[in-house]
Parts: sequence; structure tokens; C-alpha cells
Amino acid sequence: MRRLDAIHAVYPQLERCVVVTIMGAVAAELQSIGHRPNFFYLQHAMGLASSMGLGIALSRPDLQVVVFDGDGSILMNLGALTTLARYHPANLVHVVFDNESLLSVGGFPTATSTGTDIAGIAAAAGIRRTETVRTMDTFTTAFTDALAANELTTLVAKVEAVGPAAFVTDLSLLENRYQFQRYFREHPAQD
Amino acid sequence: MPVSSSSSSLIYGCLKDAGVRIMSALPETWLVHLIRRAEDDPEMTLVRLAKEEEGVGISAGAHLAGVKSAMLMQNHGFLASVNGIVSCAQLYRIPLLMMISHRGEFGERDPWQTEGGGVTEHVLDALRIPYDRLDSSDHVARRIAKAQTLADSASRPVALLMCRDLMWED
Ligand SMILES: Cc1ncc(C[n+]2csc(CCOP(=O)(O)OP(=O)(O)O)c2C)c(N)n1
Repeated sequence: MRRLDAIHAVYPQLERCVVVTIMGAVAAELQSIGHRPNFFYLQHAMGLASSMGLGIALSRPDLQVVVFDGDGSILMNLGALTTLARYHPANLVHVVFDNESLLSVGGFPTATSTGTDIAGIAAAAGIRRTETVRTMDTFTTAFTDALAANELTTLVAKVEAVGPAAFVTDLSLLENRYQFQRYFREHPAQD
Repeated sequence: MPVSSSSSSLIYGCLKDAGVRIMSALPETWLVHLIRRAEDDPEMTLVRLAKEEEGVGISAGAHLAGVKSAMLMQNHGFLASVNGIVSCAQLYRIPLLMMISHRGEFGERDPWQTEGGGVTEHVLDALRIPYDRLDSSDHVARRIAKAQTLADSASRPVALLMCRDLMWED
């Protein structure tokens, strides 16, 4: 499975979600399909996309939050899985695209290439809904089910280590940041 | 325990007055009363961290989603969070309020705190993070309010160092 195809397959479902991605390849891929004001790309700070997702999910329980993480990034912040498990926000779907590589910086292999199992780590951290998928069909089904589940899910999608030729896009970091913040203001919680 | 309960209550009240509703924390001795106050407060979401740097991401997410937050940590937790502060909070102009217990200054008895005590202010300076010291109850309310105001107007991280003379009653 290629990550670009996987994101394409679930893209229509992202319209109503708040999406946080890691830097580099996945950010460029999602933007190549189509940027939206409810998408935020954390273009550095490796490891913190999942923590940002938690901060958003706790702040706005009325919104569905999706994090597109990477194996290298989550391996840098494994403690965050225990914090996610502890607060288990029902409105957070944590997708880890596991290409067994630091694709955005030369493709060097990560520890998942030698057997580290991120879904296993997430489960052992206390996240009750976890799954590893390897095909487009199972990914699409698992992602759709996770959105409907109303329970914190870590979904590990095993993908090929391929990505776009370039990672810098036309969207500036701060433009993205202020647009994203405005999205929340324009969609206030109804109570 | 000689950690000042009255100073902790004062600080906690000022953080509430500043609008803080999410507090991420990683405990150390000087923070126990502050964390207990957050635990007991139904209006506060306390997020217990595994490592302080997570708190930067949580605060960034909370800020963009419209909720005010603060980080409670000791200076070694601040040192452990530096890349998150630079590559998330500074890069993305997040008004991050960092409440840092300043261990390792004059009067410190724990040998393991002393290196961090000596470098904390230099690291804050190197990161160009505006900070002030909280060392007397007289100025706590004013300095917390002003720190939050500058964080919001500058859209940048700020720090308050909670010092021994305020936090510890020998
Ligand atoms: C603290 C830190 N170290 C190193 C880097 C360099 N870096 C940028 S992207 C990246 C790889 C990210 O890997 P992964 O999360 O697996 O995503 P992928 O690039 O494979 O899509 C690295 C190491 C960085 N941004 N921050």
C-alpha cells in the first residue's frame, strides 16, 4: 500500500475532521490531494503531532480529530502513547503510517524495520483500540470504523517507503497556523 | 512538607484568573500543592505527562483550538522540552505559559539539582524567552497576569521561575 493512495481513499472523510500531520512527506502528500483550512502540518517538532492532537481533542470534544503520524516520529515520543491512553479522548483517531523508514530524510530504516511493533506498543501503553493494516481495503475499513467507534484508536498502516519528490510546499507555516486557528473560531462548540 | 501551601494556592488562583483551563504537569516536590489544587478543581483539565515536552504539543493544540493552558514543570523539565519549545511553540508562534520551579539556586540541598539551576536562565536567554522570577508573594499576581498578557500579545512562549523564597518554607 502506498500512503498517498491510502490518504486518497479516506480523503472525503477528512472534510469534517480536524487533521494534524507530521512534517515532510505526509504533509506534502496531503497537500497534493488538496489542502483544507482544517488541516495542520506540524513541520518540525518530531513526536509532538500526537500530543497536539490530544490538546485539540481535550479542548474541543465536539470535533473529530485525526492525527497522521509516522513511525520515526512516534518512536521519538513513545511516552505520548501512555498519555493518550490515560486520557483516551473518544474523538481522536491516531493513524501511524509505518514505512519502516525516516523517509523524509534519506529513507534510513527505523526500528520497525527490525521488528518493533507500534500497535503492540500502543496496546501495551493502554490504548484499547489498536490495529495494524497492510492493504488499501483493510485500511479504508479500519479508518472508517475508527471514526465511527467513538473510542481512541491507534491505527498502524504499513505503507511502502515512497513519497513525493519535494516536501516544501507553497503553504507557509504561519499561514497554515492562523488559518487552522480560525477554523476553530468559525466552528464554535454548540452547547 | 516545607513546600509553601499558601504560595502554591496564590499561584494557582492567579493562573485561574489568567484564564488557564488546561494544565499539563510533571510532578516534582515544589509542585505538589499546585498539582493537588488542579486535581481537586472541576474546572481544570489536568494532563499528567510522561515527559514534559509533550506538554508543549498539548498546549499548542489547546491554544489553536481556543483554550488557555499552562505547563507546570521543574527547570529540568524545561531543559528536556527545548526542541518542542523551539520547533513547535516558537516556530508556530504559540503563547505558551511555562511555570517552572527553579531548583538548584542558593539554598539548594539536593546535589543533583545544582547543574540545572546554574544554566536555566542562560538557556531561557539563549532561546530569547522573556521570563521573570516569582520570589515573593507581593508580586505573584501582577507578574502572572503580565506574563500571560505578553504571551498573548507577542504570541510567543514566556516563563515564570518559581523560586525558593516563594516555594519553600524552611
Ligand atoms: C529532533 C529532530 N531530529 C531529526 C529531525 C529530522 N527529520 C525530519 S523528518 C524525519 C523523519 C520522520 O520520519 P517518520 O515520522 O517515520 O515519517 P516519514 O518521513 O517516514 O514520512 C527526521 C528524522 C527532526 N525534524 N527533528
